[in-house]
Amino acid sequence: MEGFKGLVVILLSSVLVNNYVLSRFLGICPFLGVSKKLNQAVGMGVSVTVVMLLATLATWPIQHLVLDKFGLGYLQTIVFILIIASLVQILEIVLKRFSPALHQGLGVYLPLITTNCAVLGVAINNINDKFTFVQSLVSSLGCGLGFLLAMVLFSGLRSRIDESEVPKSFRGVAITLIAASFISLAFMGLAGIVDNLFA
Amino acid sequence: MLTDILSALAVVVSVGLFLGILLALFIHFLGIREDEKTKKIRDALPGINCGACGFKGCNDYAEALSKGNAKPNLCIPGAEATAKELGEILGVEVEQTKDFIAFVHCNGTCDVTSTTAIYDGVDTCRGRSMIYGGPKSCRYGCLGCGDCAKVCVSDAICIVDGIARVNTDRCVGCGMCAKACPKNIISMIPQHAATAVFCCNKDKGADAIKVCKRACIACRKCVKACPSEAISIVDNCAVIDYTKCTECGLCAEVCPTGCLQKVCFPDLPDNFSLN
Repeated sequence: MEGFKGLVVILLSSVLVNNYVLSRFLGICPFLGVSKKLNQAVGMGVSVTVVMLLATLATWPIQHLVLDKFGLGYLQTIVFILIIASLVQILEIVLKRFSPALHQGLGVYLPLITTNCAVLGVAINNINDKFTFVQSLVSSLGCGLGFLLAMVLFSGLRSRIDESEVPKSFRGVAITLIAASFISLAFMGLAGIVDNLFA
Repeated sequence: MLTDILSALAVVVSVGLFLGILLALFIHFLGIREDEKTKKIRDALPGINCGACGFKGCNDYAEALSKGNAKPNLCIPGAEATAKELGEILGVEVEQTKDFIAFVHCNGTCDVTSTTAIYDGVDTCRGRSMIYGGPKSCRYGCLGCGDCAKVCVSDAICIVDGIARVNTDRCVGCGMCAKACPKNIISMIPQHAATAVFCCNKDKGADAIKVCKRACIACRKCVKACPSEAISIVDNCAVIDYTKCTECGLCAEVCPTGCLQKVCFPDLPDNFSLN
């Protein structure tokens, strides 16, 4: 699994097989909270993708150039949280200044992502999987796209639920969680797809 | 041991310090300070984000106001008090606020219309209207499930005899009900309007009167009676132009079916609730 083929496998597996929301159950909060309408879901998904890429861009060098060198691997979590949180703040300031239109579209979601566990999860898992720098970037892009996919699918499902008559005891959060579990089950069907893709 | 603790401390502190300084620099050089005026304006607005002003919400309207892109008299729930306050903050003269209220263009109560089918689905107007336009004999009329009442911010709508009615005292004129109505039969009329058309049936007169005894049959008596030419027939239904209406009430007197009436509901229950 070297070179370009390896990168494709990483991308596909992080979108479909190891989907952060549906298989690893990270980032459930925005998944349930911002998936009511399609345009909001897309906005959130795109923002998370951008932040995941930026976070990997910043945390991978820190891990390998600073933490590993001094034998301080156990500080990973706290240092990564510091970096990601301030990165998102900086991104918001820059967007507000240079692209107010983009800030209106994505800006509202940025504060929500500041301490999103999916973003932190991507940064840490890239290190744990011993990915190279390029592989890490591809993997975080895949994870972001996977999050976007899950958000879009779920917002479609939720708009259908809104139109239908739900038994009284299942209304609201209950039916939302049940629907989420069904999507998650459906994604289990994709589990073997990547291993045999290039076999 | 001690060196381990110290080195860990040093790394975390230096990372934190570096990021802190970076953030401070970014805010100092690139940050946009929030306008004092915008904040003041937003505090003066009601903050219910109804969208009646035509902006996305109170924040959006406040920003447009502080940039001078909007007039201060657009806030309908806040009415004149808010407009006056906004005018003081902005230092401009305020024109009179436009007072609009919602009005349901239907008078087809249960006794003058009939049901053509038994409906047993999701009990909302939207659900009903999706199946052959609903179970009511008139395809245009109010279905009476209260989709409008559910979105009303001021509890101004109640269902009486199968028809949505707007309490003119309580209505703040936000227009949310007009957006929620699947039949599009709610429109905004001036608060001082004397008469209104209680029908929106666009079928020809003979067909309209078959499905509802109070339908507009487009007989044009009101058009002829109106001294100020404010009434016209559009798609077989009378329409009043309130910019020309002089509130004389002559049209209501000549209407043979009673679809043109005075706007007042003296028999509305004072403290009604939705069933």
